[in-house]
Amino acid sequence: MLKGKAFKFGDNISTDDITPGRFFHLRSNLPELAKHLLEDVAPSFTSRVEPGDFIVAGVNFGLGSSREHAAVVIKMAGVAAVLAKSAARIFFRNAINVGLPVLICDTDKISDGDELEVDLAGGMVKNLTSGVVLPLGRFPDVMLRILDEGGLIPYIKKHGDFSLQSR
Amino acid sequence: MGKTLAEKILSEKSGSDAHAGDIVIAKVDLAFLQDGTGPLALRQLQASELERIATPAKVIIFLDHASPSPSRELANDHILLRDFTRKSGVQLCDVGEGICHQLIAESYANPGEVVIGADSHTVTAGALGAFATGMGSTDVAIAIALGKTWLRVPESFKIVVRGSFKRGVYAKDLALHIIGKIGADGATYRALEFCGENIENMGMSERFTLANMAVEAGAKAGLFSSDETTRRYLESHARSDLFRSIRPDPDAEYEQIIEIDVSSLEPMVSKPHAVDNIAPAKELKGEKIQQVFIGTCTNGRLEDLATAAAILKGRKRHPATRLLIAPASKEVLTQAIGAGYIQTFLEAGGTVLPPGCGPCVGVHQGVLGDGEACLSTANRNFRGRMGNPEAFIYLGSPATAAASAIAGEITDPRELM
Ligand code: SF4
Repeated sequence: MLKGKAFKFGDNISTDDITPGRFFHLRSNLPELAKHLLEDVAPSFTSRVEPGDFIVAGVNFGLGSSREHAAVVIKMAGVAAVLAKSAARIFFRNAINVGLPVLICDTDKISDGDELEVDLAGGMVKNLTSGVVLPLGRFPDVMLRILDEGGLIPYIKKHGDFSLQSR
Repeated sequence: MGKTLAEKILSEKSGSDAHAGDIVIAKVDLAFLQDGTGPLALRQLQASELERIATPAKVIIFLDHASPSPSRELANDHILLRDFTRKSGVQLCDVGEGICHQLIAESYANPGEVVIGADSHTVTAGALGAFATGMGSTDVAIAIALGKTWLRVPESFKIVVRGSFKRGVYAKDLALHIIGKIGADGATYRALEFCGENIENMGMSERFTLANMAVEAGAKAGLFSSDETTRRYLESHARSDLFRSIRPDPDAEYEQIIEIDVSSLEPMVSKPHAVDNIAPAKELKGEKIQQVFIGTCTNGRLEDLATAAAILKGRKRHPATRLLIAPASKEVLTQAIGAGYIQTFLEAGGTVLPPGCGPCVGVHQGVLGDGEACLSTANRNFRGRMGNPEAFIYLGSPATAAASAIAGEITDPRELM
């Protein structure tokens, strides 16, 4: 069970919003890169977010480049999960690979600052502020298994290979 | 049940009867990294403790995004990548060779292959009939080690293109039109499959432009059947033996069929800060432009430079508008010198940059100032993309870019043709 506060963003938050190209030179210095997370969209985000909080966005979160650094620095900021109406394909896959859950739900029912409780196994999020319960979209079994192990690297270290069989 | 291009290629590469929605483990023919995603991939490869490389000959590292390096940090990343290629036997395309996607097209990708790159525009190779898709550093690191990856077989949209382009209209305008029509997330998780008489008559350069921009509609791949045009392209790049005919079954199932007649299409421009925010170029007349950039994996090929040079020949850029040109590869630059295009650009007041990504992603070589606007032939105009969140990026064809450089404002190229 994850519990934290919602930080609300709009539609089409791109990887250039999350980790701007001008900080390209910081990609091998992730703690420095993390300081600039989302700074063009929400300048005070990194100083306000606390471990366990959630990024809550509209459609197509993470569109744009394949830079996995975007998912990595969101995780480094302590964000427990990204909740969005939809997510761009590469970002979604990257996030799961680094152990950051991206959960699809109707985020119109969540406002900035709401307290949320996410039940990953049960597939739902409860808005503790409004009392509304939202179902989470399902994702492929292979992704669940990768997420369960904490990401693709731990998964491969443990299993040595991909496997399409269920647990 | 018949198969789409995506289903055909992924069935073959997974050794299964794959249909849309299935999860498969597919053999990867070619995996690559670039200098922005490569260092993290190598760290992940090391962390995986899979100290092996499945097929080193088909793994390539490109130094193209920060090329030549603008900073100490990036020069050190380059050292890391170069050292790795030396130790592992993995192939290196160093500074000055060109943009990864252009080099993949010129020298590496073939019909029917699965191509995985740690760069979203890996989709470009779909123009050759390869299933090519972008992933992140970790996925590509694992594909390098295991020689395979997991994929969800995508549903496909069939894009049927009819009619011929009017003068001054190109595949870039069609790409912007399609993205405007279906939206920046309209094809998320889907493959776009291009066909129809316009596509059959289209040269490889323009096919690459269309495939390249598939990802701007959210697509996982932008696929073309391989045909005589593909065969000739491979032949001109010394690998005709790797040609094979690959096309979808006539009874393949598509999630959507989108029909487009291009006969009335006009030069299009994408406005800040979203690729699907499009308008005809002529409606934007009067929008002042401080920088024009011709290049990138979308439009930095010889045909693109030829189009721009034909408009710029004997003319000068507007005094208030900088004109930057970055050929997509060394081969393109060499041929552009031979054809006299580079001379034309220099005489028109242009600045010619080395082969590579140039200012596309805001690293170097043309970062915009506060409040400035750029008309670029690239594929993305997100806020901050070219290094400054206070700047504005418009996207258009090389013809629109050249015409706008001369006029100093967004200009329909037909005014100068
Ligand atoms: S030219 Fe631009 S879009 Fe293409 S690979 Fe380079 S940075 Fe990416």
